[in-house]
Order: sequence, then structure tokens, then C-alpha cells
Amino acid sequence: MNRQRFLPVLPILTLVVMLGPVAAGLWGTFLPALGHLPAAGLTGPSFDPLRDLFAWGGLPRAVMLSVSTGLLATSVSLLIVMFVTAGWSGTRPFRALERLLSPLLSVPHAAAAFGLAFLIAPSGWLSRLVSPGLTGWDRPPDLLIVQDSLGLTMTAGLIVKEVPFLLLITLAALGQTDAQRSITISQALGYGRVTGWLKTVFPRVYAQIRPPVYVVLAYSMSVVDVAVILGPNTPPPLSVQIVRWMSDPDLAMRLEAAAGALLQLGLVVGALAFWRLAEIIIARLGRHWIAKGSRGRFDTIVAQGALVAGGVSAIIVLLGLLVLAIWSFAGFWGFPDALPDGFTLRNWMRFGPGTMTALGETALIAVVVASAALILTIGCLEAEYRYGLSFSQRAVWLLYLPLLVPQTAFLPGLQTLMLSIGADVGRAPVMLAHLVFVLPYVFLSLADPFRAWDARMGTIAAALGASPDGVLWRVRLPMLLRPILTALAVGLAVSVGQYLPTLLIGGGRVATLTTEAVALASGGDRRAIAVYGLMQTGAALVPFALALLLPALVWRNRKGLRHG
Amino acid sequence: MDKGLSLKDVTISKAGTPLLSVSHDIGSGEVLTVMGPSGVGKSTLLAFITGTLAPDFHAEGEVWLDGHDITNAAPHQRRVGILFQDDLLFPHLSVGANLAFGLQPGGSAAERRARIDEALEEVGMTGFADRDPGTLSGGQKARVALMRMLLSDPCALLLDEPFSRLDAALRAQVRDMVFDRARARALPVLMVTHDADDARAAGGVIVTLAG
Repeated sequence: MNRQRFLPVLPILTLVVMLGPVAAGLWGTFLPALGHLPAAGLTGPSFDPLRDLFAWGGLPRAVMLSVSTGLLATSVSLLIVMFVTAGWSGTRPFRALERLLSPLLSVPHAAAAFGLAFLIAPSGWLSRLVSPGLTGWDRPPDLLIVQDSLGLTMTAGLIVKEVPFLLLITLAALGQTDAQRSITISQALGYGRVTGWLKTVFPRVYAQIRPPVYVVLAYSMSVVDVAVILGPNTPPPLSVQIVRWMSDPDLAMRLEAAAGALLQLGLVVGALAFWRLAEIIIARLGRHWIAKGSRGRFDTIVAQGALVAGGVSAIIVLLGLLVLAIWSFAGFWGFPDALPDGFTLRNWMRFGPGTMTALGETALIAVVVASAALILTIGCLEAEYRYGLSFSQRAVWLLYLPLLVPQTAFLPGLQTLMLSIGADVGRAPVMLAHLVFVLPYVFLSLADPFRAWDARMGTIAAALGASPDGVLWRVRLPMLLRPILTALAVGLAVSVGQYLPTLLIGGGRVATLTTEAVALASGGDRRAIAVYGLMQTGAALVPFALALLLPALVWRNRKGLRHG
Repeated sequence: MDKGLSLKDVTISKAGTPLLSVSHDIGSGEVLTVMGPSGVGKSTLLAFITGTLAPDFHAEGEVWLDGHDITNAAPHQRRVGILFQDDLLFPHLSVGANLAFGLQPGGSAAERRARIDEALEEVGMTGFADRDPGTLSGGQKARVALMRMLLSDPCALLLDEPFSRLDAALRAQVRDMVFDRARARALPVLMVTHDADDARAAGGVIVTLAG
């Protein structure tokens, strides 16, 4: 097919690739949830799966956990990010947090969760550091901290990962809101920093970050890997229970899993509606608050509290990585010693070969998926530039759709569907499933810089005789090298971190660093977990480092591109 | 008229509202200056001529260049050179590579290199071929942008407020250089500006658009 006809269909192709599996998966969930599963010799419709689901004694707690961890993690991380930005944007402590952003973002959820567990468990590093000196403990206290029944540790694990994500998108939104001048004006009118920011900048920023906030809510309610590592066990959050049912050798249990997945979808939709309602109420209260003209009396305390919270959440992730590193080299390490008796390479020798195999699988999937996502994204954006075929403002929500539909709602259905049409599970379907999650992030990462490119450069190049393809390859792509590599790194990191699609669509036969690491969670071998967790982090982090380093090297003699 | 740039009953509108209408023949070596306050769509006229009009605008009329109707030609096949108020040198290419981008294909590497050195010499920038455009002064950038455009051998020249970013001393110098080169190559020139000085210096017909 020639390119003139190919480029305009790319946006459609992208939407199909992104939304097709979601729609198919929901369909594949819906049928068995109503008792229709020909592969197991069952034909519906029947309400038995739903009845079985509601008869399960653990259901109320599982539902409560899903809802409470989701709402709590989202609101706390949003509050931290908003107050930190309100109180500190443009200052030196804020810039320090900004610098930590990329590394913090690229740490996979599972690795961050393991790090947190190794820190705060009764036998964790923090307890060792203060024992027996401060506590008098010479053996780990009998406390249930990790996997606590309220899911608080799991919520904390989500918060430390969602804070950098929300901070990143807030920074992007700030760039388009003329925040600095609003702050200057409101301060000149006698408003405190935080109050002035909340009253003038927050409404504009929130309008822009609303879709990603919804993504955080949907994700936190249905996350599996963090829940397996940090969440309670009996009963687990609903999403984990769905996965357990899915892996039951009895095919009939899939019906119950599908019913659970349907319920999970309903929960997320309900929580999003609740969140929207809360937005309306808070907006009304906010207008009242603005009309009162109060200048803000607690600004300093709020700002300081938020900075401490933001700093602690960053430090937890970094200390978590540090303790993973210590464990990976640890010889004998008895409680309550602050450090191991000795450091050794033995753990790496022992688990290294296994991680290398998993790394190969991880890298192969990530490179194929991220490259495909990048090509589709550039194709879409170029089609938009050449033919004005742009996503309308409303269609932007389509980008967020795969991230808003809970993974546990459509991935089980996708697996069941593939099973019933006789498609083989394995690496290629896993890649397609990853693409669903990688594409939106790559697109969102590249869209702004691609569109911000000065179109007069294109006019000039065309006036100098360069064809449209020539403009793209010789001018636009080289100038956008840095954002393109960053988008690619984002795509790689997202793919590396995928747990559920790899597990379910791979049918347990595709072993990546993430699935291997999470599988180790129940065994409790800290040295093995540490090695896998660090390898997983490295696989996500190295591309980011390269995305920074390569453009700096390639364009080292080009002043105009150094900060682009 | 055969040689030159002709705008035949060109009307540009947005959402049904007409922005501007121009009908004019610009002969070889002649200058037409279109004046008017910012926001009346002067730059849209140039976008129409270069073939890069944004889809939310609607244009009627025809553009003829040297006896050919180029109204619907692809932007890169029109042979219409343009200079903006910013130099818009490609930041990833050296000064020499920027000029090579403009230079029509053909000739050996040595010949092309010689053409580029010659062009740099013409504007007093001998030896600048390997420099990073980011390190040039404003006047030097303007000169490279001009030579890059001329090396592409255009049949007409469009100027979009080309001197408004330059300070007073540099401005007259660069302006004279541009008009001298255009006259020497007998190019029809269409300039849009809101600056009366530039319009006077151009020395051609002045059309003023209402705001």
C-alpha cells in the first residue's frame, strides 16, 4: 500500500489496536459471567455465577478493600501533590523533587512494593536500625504490618508510586496555565502562597489533570501485583481473588472469576461516579471559599506538612531500592543487626542466570511493543499535521479508556475468549495486550512536544523543496529526538512493569522479570526477591538514562537543541 | 503577463467571514508590500501562497508563478521562497548543512561544497560552514537564512515581517541585503509587515488592509 493512502488510516488502526482488545475482553467477561462458557460445556444465560459470587463469604471485605485502597490512595496522593505544588513550585526544594521524578517514575510498582515491605516489615530495615537500642527488640515483634488486614500498607505502596506520576502530569499542566503570574497577582492582593494557588491555579490545573487522576483511581482499585505483595491475604482485594479463580484448574471457576470481573468493573464505574460527584461538591464549596476572600492563615503549616509528606514518599522509594541492593549482596543478616555480616556476590551468581533469561523475554516484548507504539503514535501525529485528522477534545478520552477500564475486568475475558476460539496463549498475544497499555502512555508523552514543534520549520523546509516525508525524516524527527527517545523509554518502562497481562494472556508460560519477581513474593526469599526487583528496576531505568544521554551526545554541538 | 507572481482575485475567509481580498500582479524585481495591523490575516495570505493554509481557513482565487498556476501544487513543488521574522535555521544541522538543505540537488560533493562556501563568502561569513547555528549572532543567522533560501533557486520571494526581530542598526543593513539580492535575481517579492519604515524601504506598491 502506498504511504499516501496508508497514513490517513493510521489513527483508525491505532484506535482498533488500543480499544479492540478492551472491547473483546469485556465481551469475553460478560458471557461467562452470565453462565455462558461453551469451552467448559456450559451454555447460558444463567445467574448462577453471580449467585456463587455473592455467596462467597469473603466478598464484602474484598469489595471494601478494593474501594477503600483505591479512594484512599488516590485522594492522599492527589492532596500531597497539590499542596506541594501550591506551596513550593519554583523553589529549590521543589526542583530537587522534580529531579527525582524520572527515576522515581521508572521504578516498577512491584519493585517499589518489595522495597517498602523490606523497609517497614517487623523484621525490616527500619526496625533493625532502631533495635535493640530504641525498642529493646532482639527478635522481630509479632505485628502484622505488611499485608495488614485493612490494606493500609498496600495503600502506602500505591501512594509512593502515584505521587511522582501525579506530579509529572501536574507539571505538564502548569506549563499551560500561566500559573506564575496568577500567583504573583494573588500574593500582591495579600493571599498566602497555598491559598492563592488553590484559589487561582488549582481549578485550571485540575481541569487538565482530571483524566489521569481517574486513571489513578481505576488503577489503584484493581491493581494486582502491589496487592499480592503488600495486600491482605484472607480475603485478598477483589482483583487478586479474580486472578486466583482464573488460575484454578477447574474451568467452572472461570465463571465466578468473570462474575467477579463484572463486579470489579461496576465498582470502578461507581467509584468514578462518586469521585465526579465529590468534584462537583468541592467545586461548589470552593466557589464559596473564594467568595469569602479569606487570605489563608495556615499556609505555612500546610506547605511544610505537604513537603514532608512528598519528601517521605520519595525517600521511601529510594530507601526501598537501597535495601533491595543490600539484600541482593547480603551474606548472613540476623535480626536486629543494622547491616549484614558480610557482602557477597553469591546471590547474584545464584539468581543471575535466571534473571538473564527473564530479562531477555522482558526486553524482547518491551522493545517490540514500545517500537510499535512509537510508530503508530508518530503516524497518528503526522497524519494530524498533514491532513488535520486530529482527535477531538472528546476523543482524547478514548486514549484514557484502556487505562480506565480495570485490567481485572477485561483481561480475564480476553483470556477466556482466546481459549474458546482456540487461539494460543503466548508471547505474541502478550505483546498485543501490552500494546493496549503502552500506546496511551507513549502517545500522551509524545503528543505535546510533537504538536509544539514550530510548523514554520515545515513551511521553510517545503519552500526549500523538501517533500512531506523529507520534512518528517530530515527536519522534524531529528529535532524531536529527545522527546521521541523519552516516549520510547516511557513505553519500555510501562511494558516492563506489566504483570497481569503477561500472567493471564501469557497463560503463565511467558516469564518476565515482573511475573518472576511477583511469583517470589509468597516464598519470602529476600535475596532472590532483591535480585529480581533490582533487575526489574534496571530494565525500566536504563532506557530513561539512555533517553537523556543519547540526545546530549548526538547534539552536543547544537546549542539550539540542548534544552529542547 | 508571463514572468512574476500573480494573485488573481484571492479571497481568504474563516468560518464564512472574509479576512482579506487581494488581486495583484508582481513583476520580476518588483516588490508588493501588504500592510495592516496584526490580526488581519496578513500571514494567512503567505500561507495560501506557500500551500500551507490551515484547514480552518477557506481561500478562493488563483496564484500564478511565471506563467504556471500553482494554486493547488504541493508546497515543496512551488519554488516559492519565504523568510519569517525568526531565522528558523534547522537547529540540528550545521550552518553548511542548512545551506546544503536549501541548495538544489545535483553536482558533486566538492561542487556543492564550493557553492556553499561561495554563498557564505557573499554575505561575509567565510569559514562558518561547520558552525552550530545556535552560536551565531542575530545578524549572522538572518544572513544564513537568506542565503539558504536563495540557494534553493526560488522563482518568487515572500517576506513575513522579516526584519521586526532585528535591532535598528542591523535592520537597515539586513533589509538592504535582502532587497539587493532579490533585485539582482529579478525575483518578484511580496512582503507583509506592519512597519511603515520597512514598507518605505521596499520601494514598491503598498496595499493596506483594514483591521
